[in-house]
Amino acid sequence: MLEWLVDPFSDPLLRRAALEVVLLGVTGGLLGCWIVYYELAFGAESLAHALFPGLVAAALLGVPILLGGAAGIVVAALAVAVAARAPSIGRDTAVAVVVTTLLGAGVLLALSQAAPPGLGELLFGDVLGVSDGDLLLAGALALVVVAALRVLHGRLLAVGFDRSTARSIGASPVLVDAALLVLLALAILVAVQGLGNLLVVAVLVGPAATARLLAHRMPAMMAWSVGAAMLAGIGGLLVSYHAGTAAGASIALVTVGLWALASAARRALPSVVA
Amino acid sequence: MTAGSTLSLMQATAPSAPAAAVRVSGLRGGYGGAPAIEGVDLALPEGARVGLLGPNGGGKTTLLRALLGELPDVGGELTVEGRLGVVPQTERSRLDFPVSALDVALMGTLSRLPWWRRPSRADRRAALAALERVGLRAEARRTFGELSGGQRQRVLVARALVQDARVLLLDEPFSGLDDPSTRLLESLFGDLAAEGRTLLISTHEIDQARGWDLVLCLNRAQIAFGPPDAVLTRDVLERTYGANVVELPGGGRGVMPPHHCG
Ligand SMILES: Nc1ncnc2c1ncn2[C@@H]1O[C@H](COP(=O)(O)OP(=O)(O)OP(=O)(O)O)[C@@H](O)[C@H]1O
Ligand SMILES: [Mg+2]
Repeated sequence: MLEWLVDPFSDPLLRRAALEVVLLGVTGGLLGCWIVYYELAFGAESLAHALFPGLVAAALLGVPILLGGAAGIVVAALAVAVAARAPSIGRDTAVAVVVTTLLGAGVLLALSQAAPPGLGELLFGDVLGVSDGDLLLAGALALVVVAALRVLHGRLLAVGFDRSTARSIGASPVLVDAALLVLLALAILVAVQGLGNLLVVAVLVGPAATARLLAHRMPAMMAWSVGAAMLAGIGGLLVSYHAGTAAGASIALVTVGLWALASAARRALPSVVA
Repeated sequence: MTAGSTLSLMQATAPSAPAAAVRVSGLRGGYGGAPAIEGVDLALPEGARVGLLGPNGGGKTTLLRALLGELPDVGGELTVEGRLGVVPQTERSRLDFPVSALDVALMGTLSRLPWWRRPSRADRRAALAALERVGLRAEARRTFGELSGGQRQRVLVARALVQDARVLLLDEPFSGLDDPSTRLLESLFGDLAAEGRTLLISTHEIDQARGWDLVLCLNRAQIAFGPPDAVLTRDVLERTYGANVVELPGGGRGVMPPHHCG
């Protein structure tokens, strides 16, 4: 049993992957707690998909993926802003149309090449192939997110608790929303490299959804969420190692498994848990 | 405080009355279209409990928002002495949100602290003291959504106390409360007014407002403002609520707002 757990990590590739998922787990676990209460899961998914053509373009042009993703997010934001202005289209519809168009455009762009630039990697990530630069970036992101959420904690609580009176007690919903969206965009931009375009949302939302079932107060929820994210990350790597499955998909699978476990625990022991 | 004075309905306070904490003249406000309220002229003295009466959609919440400076469209003059605290209808807050009573009370420190500072030990003590003040010290660690309706109202009052609000705006704080909770909240309001805080309390209970210092009747426009005995006449009530005023067996006047039960 112990060997099952430890042996895989004698491989330096897996050790790096473990470090990456732990760092992203801190970011995703913490940020996710606010995402679920600010109902931003759809927004997170939209952002992740909308930056896809940027990733593909960057891969084709041979520029850093990060740059492409950043450009992709800016283009997506502008497209949504323009589409939402069109009369008789609702905001949600505008977002959906823009996002689907962009995701489709990205796939077409990738497939149009004689030698498609790692489409699978961009969609599903390559956590076993993280570079030193990726690790450094994930570490920096975790630091930024921890610091920002610490400073914003009181305001995030006040706006999430009651948006309509937040301003009267000194928390501006507009600023708080904007700060949260910027953090979310940064997190997606960084996490998308390790986890891929389709799985990044699982890591941003899944652990927090699990923690929500187990905790009554935000600090406790954050602890559960980060714990669940790390457990799913490491657990997913182990599953992928032993079962020979794709790493990103295995992590997503364990994330969902933990959520199912927490739901069952809550149902079985309502008085103990939550 | 205004006992025995013979004020005209539109006149705010007698010359000898305490300083006004809120002064409003010719206030008009709305949401972009036709004004939702207009012709509001009043002065709320320090230490007064002021009842805000009106039918559903009469503009009670709109007036409170105008005082808070949150209305998209306002005109007229408005001065407020000291900090305003708001006690919203609790249905507006999320009951599944992971905050304790203490967390909510601590939100009252936000406006006093620079944006990068977190609440200190002293702030926590102040929040606990405010909860003690409203009789909820023992519930400090309980989740807000688990508390009873009356307890939630009192937690929000504690939040306003942590803000050190001199003027409290309370939007239908009694709606949905049982009798014991209502009495607790009533006596808390009495204590707060005795400290010199001004309370503007919107309510559907006319007889409750009779026990307070001043009453404002609002039905899209100000109908009357003054001490309850002078204001709460059949004529004013009919203009406030339409023709739905009924005589109550006890001799008081009740009202049946169309969409309000209780
Ligand atoms: N956010 C808003 N946007 C546009 N119109 C609004 C808004 N809020 C209220 N109104 C309108 O303003 C008028 C006054 O509403 P308000 O909520 O102030 O009444 P109220 O006296 O608080 O009623 P209630 O007893 O039902 O709480 C109503 O006609 C309402 O439709
Ligand atoms: Mg109202």
